[in-house]
Amino acid sequence: MVTARLNAGERSPWNARFWTGFVLSGLVLGLLVPLLNRWVAPDSPFAVPDYLVPLLGKYLCYAILALSLDLVWGYAGILSLGHGAFFALGGYCMGMYLMRQIGTRGVYGNAALPDFMVFLQYKELPWFWWGFDHFAYAAAMIMLVPGVFAFVFGWLAFRSRVTGVYLSIITQAMTYALWLAFFRNDMGFGGNNGLTDYKDILGWDVHLPETRLGLYLATVIGLGIAYLLCRFITVSKLGRVLLALRDAESRVRFLGYSTTHAKLFVFTVSAVLAGIAGALYVPQVGIINPSEFSPGNSIEVAIWVSVGGRGTLVGAAIGAVLVNLAKTWLTTAAPEIWLFFLGGLFVLTTLVFPRGIVGVFRQLPWPRRRPGAPLPIEAPIAAEKRI
Amino acid sequence: MPVVEFRGAEEWVPAFAGTTVKSIVHLFRLGLLALFLFAAPLSAWADGLSEAIAGLGGDSFAAKEKAVIALAKSGEPRAALILQALAGDRLRKAPDGRVVIIDTGRGSAKLTDAATGQPVADLAPEGLDRIIVNNRLRGAIEAALGTLTLFSPDREARLGAAQDALRHHSADTVALLEKSLAAEQDSEIRAAMQRSLAASQLFAGSKEERLAAIRTLGSATDPQVKNLLDEFRYTANIDPDLYKAAGDALAAIDSRLRWIGIGANLFQGISLGSVLLLAAIGLAITFGVMGVINMAHGEMIMTGAYVAFVVQQLFRAFLPPDLLDAYLLVAVPVAFLFAGLLGVLLERCLIRFLYGRPLETLLATWGVSLILQQAVRSMFGSPNKEVANPSWMTGGFDVVGGFMVTWNRLYIIVFCFVVLGALALILNRTRFGLHMRAVTQNRDMAAAMGIPTARVDALTFGLGSGIAGMAGVALSQIGNVSPNLGTLYIVDSFMVVVFGGVGNLMGTLVGALSLGIVNKLLEPYAGAILGKIAVLVAIILFIQRRPRGLFALKGRAADAEA
Repeated sequence: MVTARLNAGERSPWNARFWTGFVLSGLVLGLLVPLLNRWVAPDSPFAVPDYLVPLLGKYLCYAILALSLDLVWGYAGILSLGHGAFFALGGYCMGMYLMRQIGTRGVYGNAALPDFMVFLQYKELPWFWWGFDHFAYAAAMIMLVPGVFAFVFGWLAFRSRVTGVYLSIITQAMTYALWLAFFRNDMGFGGNNGLTDYKDILGWDVHLPETRLGLYLATVIGLGIAYLLCRFITVSKLGRVLLALRDAESRVRFLGYSTTHAKLFVFTVSAVLAGIAGALYVPQVGIINPSEFSPGNSIEVAIWVSVGGRGTLVGAAIGAVLVNLAKTWLTTAAPEIWLFFLGGLFVLTTLVFPRGIVGVFRQLPWPRRRPGAPLPIEAPIAAEKRI
Repeated sequence: MPVVEFRGAEEWVPAFAGTTVKSIVHLFRLGLLALFLFAAPLSAWADGLSEAIAGLGGDSFAAKEKAVIALAKSGEPRAALILQALAGDRLRKAPDGRVVIIDTGRGSAKLTDAATGQPVADLAPEGLDRIIVNNRLRGAIEAALGTLTLFSPDREARLGAAQDALRHHSADTVALLEKSLAAEQDSEIRAAMQRSLAASQLFAGSKEERLAAIRTLGSATDPQVKNLLDEFRYTANIDPDLYKAAGDALAAIDSRLRWIGIGANLFQGISLGSVLLLAAIGLAITFGVMGVINMAHGEMIMTGAYVAFVVQQLFRAFLPPDLLDAYLLVAVPVAFLFAGLLGVLLERCLIRFLYGRPLETLLATWGVSLILQQAVRSMFGSPNKEVANPSWMTGGFDVVGGFMVTWNRLYIIVFCFVVLGALALILNRTRFGLHMRAVTQNRDMAAAMGIPTARVDALTFGLGSGIAGMAGVALSQIGNVSPNLGTLYIVDSFMVVVFGGVGNLMGTLVGALSLGIVNKLLEPYAGAILGKIAVLVAIILFIQRRPRGLFALKGRAADAEA
């Protein structure tokens, strides 16, 4: 049962309603927040204090990550439990660049080697660290490493038609293997401690409020671009193929589409987005370590998307921000409750609100839904019964 | 990995009034002592215990040291008591030259004549001189106590000492070892003593003695013997015959050690495989019958382990101590029922609403697993809980040359196959099993034939969870019990299912055992973590060839799935 019903207006690149929403949220995030941070007196109730800026930036990074998962899960039916790993891979690339910027300011004052390598008695920089002194190279790697990784993995998996929960488990195994690998000191990525104690990014001190605001703005722009890219893909003809193969893959294949290629493309793009999210995340939180690879993290991303409403890009972003707000609040206010809350969210969203917040909102009688506007998903999706 | 254990040292302790016997470790000082011995007049030998004891009361530390060495040489069990008293500052010298042991127990002091072991009534504790020791003497005492262990009445202590003598071989221990060997009856200890004796003779005896020693050593499997022979081969000016003999002996030991290593790894692998099998089998059933991935399966295992803990605590609190060993026998069925009920509850309250949506079932059960973990953490706290092995599961036995098989692992392997056999009987011989297989093959057709699929689902889920609970009891016997116990095994269990194929006991069995064995065989070459990563990568590549596992359903059943 193919459920995608996109009317012409939705698909048009000049949908006024869409652009109004996009520009408005862009203005709030990209203009209002910096204004309230820089030009409102700190004691004013409207002020955004300095500590809040990187926190908001962190949430927006999670929003990009959620978008990337929604692209594969909500639109192509691939529940990847490896997006946390792609996020971490991008983060490690950024972390390596930031480590190289420390130069002689480390504890050991060694310009040639990062501190942990001196500590572990490395004689010279391993080959995979070469080039990370240059931002351009690091930026390329941030996209290439998760991208190539996802491409190879996806090619192997999709080619042999591993689908459904099988694919989820295999992606989880991949995440688990990476998690184990990055804990090893011999890997050359700082082992358990990861990469931290950064000083500069592109010449600016990462600890300065101005730099943090800049990173925040970069994240806002990144989110905007990611959103546009995802929208472009989902409203394109490819997007409709994806929706179709989500609902009935065999049928799409019989119609002559190469579902393997379509899935591989969207999986790779999504991994690159996750990597970029990770790269923006690392300088704002100041550390990347192997715990980012933990399989639990990857599954948590799915709940962000689920809460917001999978199959809607706005929903994914909103879900990421809301769940993480709740996490920040609960893990400090009542740490015991947090896992009950998170577990409860998993159960509730799948059982009671499979369409998430956006879905519930769109089902409401007000504001009147234009005929033909899509619901996030039609549950239960018949074809998903196939394992 | 062959291990030499200092077994027995602890058991020996009560004989020496609660003082720790560190002496075995210090046996090496004997070599130094024995040098003195050779310089010392042989009279100390002949005149026996009483003269040596009198020597302890001597004025110089050198005299005392001689006496200590003489005591060690005597091989008398009493000598150990005296030396212990000396080390513990409980040895006194009477004005008439007698040496007595003073025991200031409760209230009044008790005096014993060191030489005769009789109580002493005619002396007052106040009139006695302390026999003072210095650090050098303390070292001599400890070394002497180590040697005396060779004559200890305790079997384990003698064995430990005999094995330990190998490491501290020297020409001077030859006489002692020969003496103890003559008195020894136990064949295992005799073998250890002969080996240690050979090690000592290797560097001291005539050419014939050395050749004989090499032959004796060549039959060993101890890596220490290997090092010893290696060391011997490269001593200067060695006889070519001896060199060749030592080389042959080394080669023989090497090949034997290699086989033992492989055997030990194989056992470890089967042990890991049986644990994985217990953990994965429930998962394979539920996945096979319902097409549902239960991410909370690991928490069912964890629940089982906590059931074992609770049952143990109840036994400790309410039942006589000699019944404690039986707690495990009670824990297994209780864990099965508890986890099984939890599973039925989970199926009835959650999973049945999500049929046809396997991805969402995966997420929902993950949520349940988080809730269960936190619930257990809130109830029992995060630190590991201690679940003791019953006495019949502690320890193990030495199969050959340091290849230890521990009882707990052996029992778990047996238990695992019992469970597997029982499950095979249920599947193939009962009505419920027939229903389960029918639903696995074709749910719609089974329902059309009047099989109550909903009830089959609930019971299957209960059965799978119950087995996970029993797996938890088994795991509590070989590892820590903590709230995240389940997460340690869940990914591996999934890999077993992916590798072996679903809904098929044979596939799960082969999958679990091969994963366990491959993991353990890779470990010595690649390290534990790299080995695990290699296995994961291999599985990801493996599903290229067989996307539905090793034992995929074929024919119509496979069509219904795909």
